[in-house]
Amino acid sequence: MAIKLEHISYVYEADTELSVKALDDVSLEIPDGQFIGLIGHTGSGKSTLVQHLNGLLKATDGKLYYNGENIYDKDFDMKKLRSQVGLVFQYPEHQLFEIDVFSDVCFGPKNLGLPKEEVEARAKKALRQAGIEEKYEKQSPFELSGGQKRRVAIAGVLAMQPKVLILDEPTAGLDPKGRDEILGQISQLRKETGMTIILVSHSMEDVAEYVDRIIVMNKGKVKFDDVPKKVFSHVNELEEIGLAAPQMTYLMHYLKKEGFDVDEEAGTVEEAKVSILKALGKDREAQKGQGGRAC
Amino acid sequence: MNIIEAKKLVYEYIRRDEEGNIEGVSRAVDGVDLSVNQGEFIAILGHNGSGKSTLAKHINALLTPTEGTIFVDGKDTSDEANIWDVRQSAGMVFQNPDNQIIGQVVEEDVGFGPENMGVPTKEIWERVEESLKAVGMYAYRKHSPNKLSGGQKQRVSIAGVLAMHPKCIILDEPTAMLDPNGRKEVIRAARALNQVEGVTVILITHYMEEVIYADRVFVMDEGKVVLQGTPREVFSRVEKLKGLRLDVPQVTLLAYELQKAGVNLPDGILTPEELAEELKKVRQSEDGRQ
Ligand SMILES: Nc1ncnc2c1ncn2[C@@H]1O[C@H](COP(=O)(O)OP(=O)(O)OP(=O)(O)O)[C@@H](O)[C@H]1O
Ligand SMILES: Nc1ncnc2c1ncn2[C@@H]1O[C@H](COP(=O)(O)OP(=O)(O)OP(=O)(O)O)[C@@H](O)[C@H]1O
Ligand SMILES: [Mg+2]
Ligand SMILES: [Mg+2]
Repeated sequence: MAIKLEHISYVYEADTELSVKALDDVSLEIPDGQFIGLIGHTGSGKSTLVQHLNGLLKATDGKLYYNGENIYDKDFDMKKLRSQVGLVFQYPEHQLFEIDVFSDVCFGPKNLGLPKEEVEARAKKALRQAGIEEKYEKQSPFELSGGQKRRVAIAGVLAMQPKVLILDEPTAGLDPKGRDEILGQISQLRKETGMTIILVSHSMEDVAEYVDRIIVMNKGKVKFDDVPKKVFSHVNELEEIGLAAPQMTYLMHYLKKEGFDVDEEAGTVEEAKVSILKALGKDREAQKGQGGRAC
Repeated sequence: MNIIEAKKLVYEYIRRDEEGNIEGVSRAVDGVDLSVNQGEFIAILGHNGSGKSTLAKHINALLTPTEGTIFVDGKDTSDEANIWDVRQSAGMVFQNPDNQIIGQVVEEDVGFGPENMGVPTKEIWERVEESLKAVGMYAYRKHSPNKLSGGQKQRVSIAGVLAMHPKCIILDEPTAMLDPNGRKEVIRAARALNQVEGVTVILITHYMEEVIYADRVFVMDEGKVVLQGTPREVFSRVEKLKGLRLDVPQVTLLAYELQKAGVNLPDGILTPEELAEELKKVRQSEDGRQ
């Protein structure tokens, strides 16, 4: 499911006084199997962009191709596209509607026309992957805490086993352990299935930890598109557009200024730890102590 | 009198089947004692489903206790006659701003609260302007709130509560949908409100970095308060917090990991500046030894 966007623009409320150009000439290529982080200030167009990728919104201008097929062609199979491109919405409430949690997660695979046993097996698996315990399955999705609702919404899309998985702020509202669990699961899924993942996030720390490419949006345009270390080296420009570098990057810049010989590009706690121990001449001792425990 | 005084507070959600028979009971808050002084900045942490929002909803009488009591600004919230006063004393901002925006235009929405309270028109507009500026949304005052992006909406709903000049403001994950800059602005606005106006702030969040400025931190688990103290005290308990599905700020974690690797650092480091200072001391003493 390689995706290609050519000069995509999108205007909300075109021809009115309130028209907003949410996407402005966006061109991108998304090859199979990448783990992409999509970041940008609030209102930069991230949610608008991802809704184009499964055809929920149709570009005002420009072309969008899946494996070379133009999705705006009359005879393009939009239903198939939606089954292969799963989107977890920014607000999970927009996605939940069934009477209980289990039925809610079954809804997607059932719609794919799968046999009942398969539907239920997938739903069970997806719920566990998203960290929802069995005891919640018969509860109404609306009688859950904020984080629990989000997990159910994620499970609903995982159960579809899409080829491209788009998560719009999936970790907003999750507890720290939940953030790690969900992103770890998704990372693992990608390794096992080769699924393409697009993660929309306001957490620079999460993005630094998990993705291999970052696309930065600014006012509807693509501002940067590179590997995390390169993107986060533009600290000042990121701040100018409402973003930031991960906390570790700031620390490393500061230490460098203070004359420590550290790696300024370290973006995660683990990278920072290795680099600081080395700068202090303690790397040997540390290795002897405890070999590479991830934190 | 404390602004919030909860004693042995219990809340149970009761699930019923179609005939109204009780199907299940879930005890979301389980015997919480909480006293908060006027002007304090309090943070509440806890894993998903630990009871934070349920507890918070008691502070502005959206929920009333199943057992125990809660007094807000001296008023018993279980007494229906007090509800109006309690809601005026304590304003709440929820996780999802979609459910709290009513006006057709941003400035109208923000003015709605003070208008309802009978604030004179001229002052309403002053409050609207000051609140929108505090959250960085003044430029959008003529926009329709429904058409703003998630983060923008969240800031408008915070402005809506600020405009009511409450004694206490409860922020239930106000920054969950904001970009780094928006998050900083909101936390800054909450701190300014607390320090300059003396408003009591109750902040619920899953971002550990946001609570380092709090006077006290409460940690919830299974409806109970299981840990409390200053941010430094609480964040010194790295393993305990991890066991509760929580974390510490990244720099605190790094300091902890460095400590375990043999670097001589104090517990509970909270900011990058602090860690850098400590590392400089370490470097000096190492140089001294050579
Ligand atoms: N339904 C809508 N009608 C009109 N304008 C809209 C609508 N949805 C979004 N917009 C506008 O389009 C722009 C892009 O919004 P979008 O929701 O794509 O941003 P975002 O990057 O996802 O933001 P956030 O990080 O806050 O979720 C914003 O200026 C927003 O106000
Ligand atoms: N309306 C409701 N009906 C029934 N049970 C509910 C309802 N709302 C919450 N609960 C249950 O009460 C418990 C506490 O929920 P609460 O919303 O207070 O948690 P929380 O700490 O705010 O979680 P989160 O971090 O996910 O927002 C959970 O087990 C939840 O499933
Ligand atoms: Mg969005
Ligand atoms: Mg909650």
